Amino acid sequence: MNLAALEKLDRRWLFLIVGLLVLGPLLRPLGLPLGSSKPVKMFHDAVAGIPDGAIVLMSCDYDPGAKPEVVPMTRTAFRQLMEKRCRVVITCLWPGGPSLVDQTIESVANEMRAQGHDLVYGRDYVDLGYKAGYEAVMVLMGKGIANAFPQDQRGNSTASLPLMRNVRDYSSFAMLVNISSGYPGTKEWVQQVNSRFHLPMVSGCTAVSAPEYYPYLQSGQLKGLLGGMAGAAEYEKLRGEKGAATKGMDAQSLAHAFIALCIIAGNIVQWQKRGARS
Amino acid sequence: MAEAGGALVNLSHDLGVWVAALLTLFILSFLYKDNPLYKLAEHLFVGISAGYYIVLNFWTVVMPNLYDPLMRSFTGRDPVTHAVVLQPGGPFQGSLGDYRGWLLLPALLGVLLFTRMVTKIEWVSRWSLAMIIGVYAGLKTTGFAQGDLVAQAQGSLQPLWTGELWAGVNAILFTIGLVSSLLFFFYSREHKGALGVAARTGIVFLMVSFGAGYGYTVMSRLSLLIGRFQFLLEDWLGIR
Repeated sequence: MNLAALEKLDRRWLFLIVGLLVLGPLLRPLGLPLGSSKPVKMFHDAVAGIPDGAIVLMSCDYDPGAKPEVVPMTRTAFRQLMEKRCRVVITCLWPGGPSLVDQTIESVANEMRAQGHDLVYGRDYVDLGYKAGYEAVMVLMGKGIANAFPQDQRGNSTASLPLMRNVRDYSSFAMLVNISSGYPGTKEWVQQVNSRFHLPMVSGCTAVSAPEYYPYLQSGQLKGLLGGMAGAAEYEKLRGEKGAATKGMDAQSLAHAFIALCIIAGNIVQWQKRGARS
Repeated sequence: MAEAGGALVNLSHDLGVWVAALLTLFILSFLYKDNPLYKLAEHLFVGISAGYYIVLNFWTVVMPNLYDPLMRSFTGRDPVTHAVVLQPGGPFQGSLGDYRGWLLLPALLGVLLFTRMVTKIEWVSRWSLAMIIGVYAGLKTTGFAQGDLVAQAQGSLQPLWTGELWAGVNAILFTIGLVSSLLFFFYSREHKGALGVAARTGIVFLMVSFGAGYGYTVMSRLSLLIGRFQFLLEDWLGIR
């Protein structure tokens, strides 16, 4: 079979096919099977292993550009922590993220309140919002969380919040849950906080940055890792939820299969050309 | 409400959702070809982002971390609540976490950055830049040494045989991959003989890692498309 004609194919046909492959399963879900990988189980188990009622730092370092991957992770992780009655301090080191993070956290809190959970802002969770400075903020937080964040995302004085009266520095936290989509993110938290202050850490990240973080998982610096939408969907499955990540996985699988086919076809074309030349 | 392909369509009544949906379609239209609607969305994004970041940094950094503490130090009152704040020792009796009037120093360094706008004195801004570069170089170097160099070297030293078959195979593969990949980057000798074999083996491992990286990158980009389609279908068209 001669596939040389594919070389002249207008790339917009490929865009259209990918678009249709994504759109189709979103309208009519296929229910393709979904497993749970070891890094995701480790993430789930690490969070489950935090003592009930402990204080946890959750740094959501992303902006709306990574929303489909990281917001489902944030929702599931925050819900798991709240169900354990953990008290959560949320921060954001990305300028485009604080509103999205606050909106996400508050929507989960409202859903849980509607189910009968007694959640109070300032007592059970606090959103300290954004602070510029990247790694400098991480180091500054080690000298005192309130130093770095004198006010929370909603304009309250940090010192006036009941939860923050029990928070001094990193030694106040049982674990760091980092949801990251690049710089600053998991790598910087590992380098500046995990290695210096020995704060146990799990990470949920965009797929594009996951390969960079696997060595941290293997070395034990990370206790668990969620990589991209697939990681988020597997985590949702472990938690018995059916969120946005799970809904998107059929589309993800079909589009991946098509791209794999394109790569195979492209290689066949190149082999055929090489054979014709020789 | 209308029915389309068996799914109920319930268009959003939220102006913000409509603006976001139209801008999404404008951006996606670039896939067909460059056009004025795409350009409009692109320029809007750049302009709004610049304004947003300036305002955000002013209200979340300049005010709470600089202006408010300085006002507390020099007036003895909290600028938000107007309550009297005790300042034993005066405005320059600072301590760790309570820098008081000494915050004038970083404020001055910040102001000096703006001298770049005046050609004759733009060299002054280098003092602030030197400070920024020095601090970040220090943080990066120590962070890398502690978090990557030492910890990763420790993590790479693992027993080749633990009594468990697949763990052993995994450890042996890992070690071969690590050593051969490192040897690929050894350029002091020509890649011939044993070194050539090791370097070529290293290439195989590197290719596998590039392939994994490519696959994950595709997943990330597709996730963005899925996210936008979910927004258009669920939030805009109301199909659930």
